[in-house]
Amino acid sequence: MTTDVIAQDSHDEHHDDHKMTGIKRWLYTTNHKDIGTLYLWFAFIMFLTGGALAMVIRAELFQPGLQIVEPDFFNQLTTVHGLVMVFGAIMPAFTGFANWMLPMMLGAPDMALPRMNNWSFWILPFAFAILLGSFFMESGAPNFGWTFYAPLSTTYSNGSTAFFVFAVHIMGISSIMGAINIVVTIMNMRAPGMTYMKMPLFVWTFFITAYLLIAVMPVLAGVVTMLLTDTYFGTSFFDAAGGGDPVMFQHIFWFFGHPEVYIMILPAFGIISTTIPAFSRKRLFGYSSMVYATSSIALLSFIVWAHHMFTTGMPLFGELFFMYCTMLIAVPTGVKVFNWVATMWRGSLTFETPMLFSIAFVILFTIGGFSGLMLAMTPVDFQYHDTYFVVAHFHYVLVTGSLFSLYAGAYFWLPKWTGHMYNDTLSKWHFWCSLVSVNLLFFPMHFLGLAGMPRRIPDYALQFADFNKWISIGGFAFGLSQLIFLAVVIKCIRGGEKAPAKPWDGAIGLEWTVASPAPYHTFSTPPPQQDIDNADQHEH
Amino acid sequence: MTNKEYESYYVPSQSHWPIVGAAALFMIAFGAATYVSDLASETSGYGGYLLLAGIALVVYMLVGWFSDVISESLTGKYSHQMDNSFRQGMSWFIFSEVMFFAAFFGALLYLRVFSVPWLGGAGNNVSTGAVLWPDFVAQWPLLKTPDGTTTTAMGWYGLPLINTVLLLTSSITAHFAHSALIKNNRGPLKAWLGLTIVLGLTFMFFQVQEYAHGYSEEMRLFLDSGVYGNTFYLLTGFHGMHVTLGCIMLIVMWFRVLKGHFTPENHFAFQAASWYWHFVDVVWVMLFVFVYIL
Repeated sequence: MTTDVIAQDSHDEHHDDHKMTGIKRWLYTTNHKDIGTLYLWFAFIMFLTGGALAMVIRAELFQPGLQIVEPDFFNQLTTVHGLVMVFGAIMPAFTGFANWMLPMMLGAPDMALPRMNNWSFWILPFAFAILLGSFFMESGAPNFGWTFYAPLSTTYSNGSTAFFVFAVHIMGISSIMGAINIVVTIMNMRAPGMTYMKMPLFVWTFFITAYLLIAVMPVLAGVVTMLLTDTYFGTSFFDAAGGGDPVMFQHIFWFFGHPEVYIMILPAFGIISTTIPAFSRKRLFGYSSMVYATSSIALLSFIVWAHHMFTTGMPLFGELFFMYCTMLIAVPTGVKVFNWVATMWRGSLTFETPMLFSIAFVILFTIGGFSGLMLAMTPVDFQYHDTYFVVAHFHYVLVTGSLFSLYAGAYFWLPKWTGHMYNDTLSKWHFWCSLVSVNLLFFPMHFLGLAGMPRRIPDYALQFADFNKWISIGGFAFGLSQLIFLAVVIKCIRGGEKAPAKPWDGAIGLEWTVASPAPYHTFSTPPPQQDIDNADQHEH
Repeated sequence: MTNKEYESYYVPSQSHWPIVGAAALFMIAFGAATYVSDLASETSGYGGYLLLAGIALVVYMLVGWFSDVISESLTGKYSHQMDNSFRQGMSWFIFSEVMFFAAFFGALLYLRVFSVPWLGGAGNNVSTGAVLWPDFVAQWPLLKTPDGTTTTAMGWYGLPLINTVLLLTSSITAHFAHSALIKNNRGPLKAWLGLTIVLGLTFMFFQVQEYAHGYSEEMRLFLDSGVYGNTFYLLTGFHGMHVTLGCIMLIVMWFRVLKGHFTPENHFAFQAASWYWHFVDVVWVMLFVFVYIL
């Protein structure tokens, strides 16, 4: 069977799934590409929503004193900004990538459980309707930080806890079902001949991420349930008067929370491990070691949670254990960064927009990784804890890390998704504006944190004024730059230069053996063995 | 495997059930949140009704969705690979349930090993006990909390022991039912499955009795009686909810067996219900050891 045959839209008798038109297509769809598109648009809308909240935060912090918002509303802004970006933007965006790409990369006809796939997506808009709707309720939105520490969220709750808890519950249901679908698709839907170690690294990273999700999202469900009963039904899990301990909240939360951090970065590694070889025109350096490194990071993520809690007064043994385990993570992460650089070494590099975002990712994510190492050191963390240094750290890994990888991936696969090349000039504007403004936005936060400016405050001491002014300017510029991306995507969907099946000469993978745009159904019959062998990422 | 031998994988047609399910979950979440908030502010509203309507809609959705799946299965649209997808999906769902219980068992462990002893002054917390609650004595079960709430402990003998025997037996009868299905002995299948359901329902009945006993004036073991009551009721309560769900699944399977569904080779739904039942059983054993005996 030749590639051309596969590329045809094959409506054979085994597909009951025919394309509907109008709103029903999107509401009832069981097609992985439609659902992927829904996830990606939802994530981008949430990204702009969370970004709008951040703009208000930066406007308030532009100068010292209280100008625009009340302190309590400021707390609601920081809380919902975090929740929306983590659960509404970054995670669904990666799930969108998984939906679009996994079946095509594996040579599968669709995700393993297509109806459940639809359910996983459509829960999300409802969950965020509850969360964002709480802004308009009497109680106001959650104001206890995205980490919702007890007793801020229990004894001192503003009354939004119940809405927050149930919104998180259904988000969790969505994530677990999405993750089960990913795991089952990868385990059961690989084309004949595609062994585990022949899968693209992209697939591996989503595989491991999905395991993390299945393992920790239920723990999040558990901890928010305890929060609910503590707040409304008189239990004392997090109340010492009844025998509980508020620090226990932090233990259970971060047992979820630290793997959650890797849930947001491991898929980014997968995207970068796809784009860098493509634009270096080489195979990925050290494919197997990348698989093992990703697995090691995932395993270690379960035994490092208390590095978020060094200042809670835990026993010395605990502090040392969690410090050393955390530092151990730098080893597999170092392997990854080394391999990306080694892939570029002596490659025939070109600098298309996906590659620009990828290189920026490697450098800026590494900065975020190093500040993470600094925070891992217990005695040093006593100084940095809850300062802007922490804010700088996790924005470097989440914005210039996860988000930049999402942009790299989006530009890389936009031709496959839409059938058109994106506007190159505009995309370069998007990259350079983002790159400059994001560093203006987040780099000075390191200095503010080291100088002692605490996070989550609407007002600050006068000596922090200059840096905050520049940070706010960087923030507004970064926010506006993202609208360029919106323009690029809309232009790309509506038209543009026709994209060939494989627009990047260095790209490998089964998704490039089908036409652009990808037909509604792909791989109703499995791809030929030769295509699978050609897609092997190992160096030969 | 060459392409010729490849079994086609069934990609279902468009379905309105998932969006109905999403709307139902929204009604449940928003209804429950409104209801709980109203309880706290002692007002009454529509939250409870929305919650009930959401639950009804979920039941409606599940019946419709599963009817579709069953008819697809009976008309032979599912390949062996599809069956594997279902099996793996169910396994990972049960694993996620294990992690949900792990959060509560983890909390129980933390309370017993760390927080209660620390409140009594253990480790380097001498001043915590002395300054905050000098009269507090660390013990487990925690029968008197630092703020003075008292309660009594539920023993392991009596009802809990009977319930343990009931559930363990039901796991064995469920296995016998499965064996009978594999041998296509429909008579014993119905009998063993029916007996499993009876044992499960009896367990639930005794569990309700035990709760009534706990809430009696004699025992005064309430949900808000400090961390002993908290962990007791939330762990056994969530387990009880899972037993209820498992029982419903088994009852549905019993009716499907009556209708002549399932073959020795093709009985994923039965297998899934049976796995779920064994999982519920294992959780109970853990509960019996860590909540009741130790």
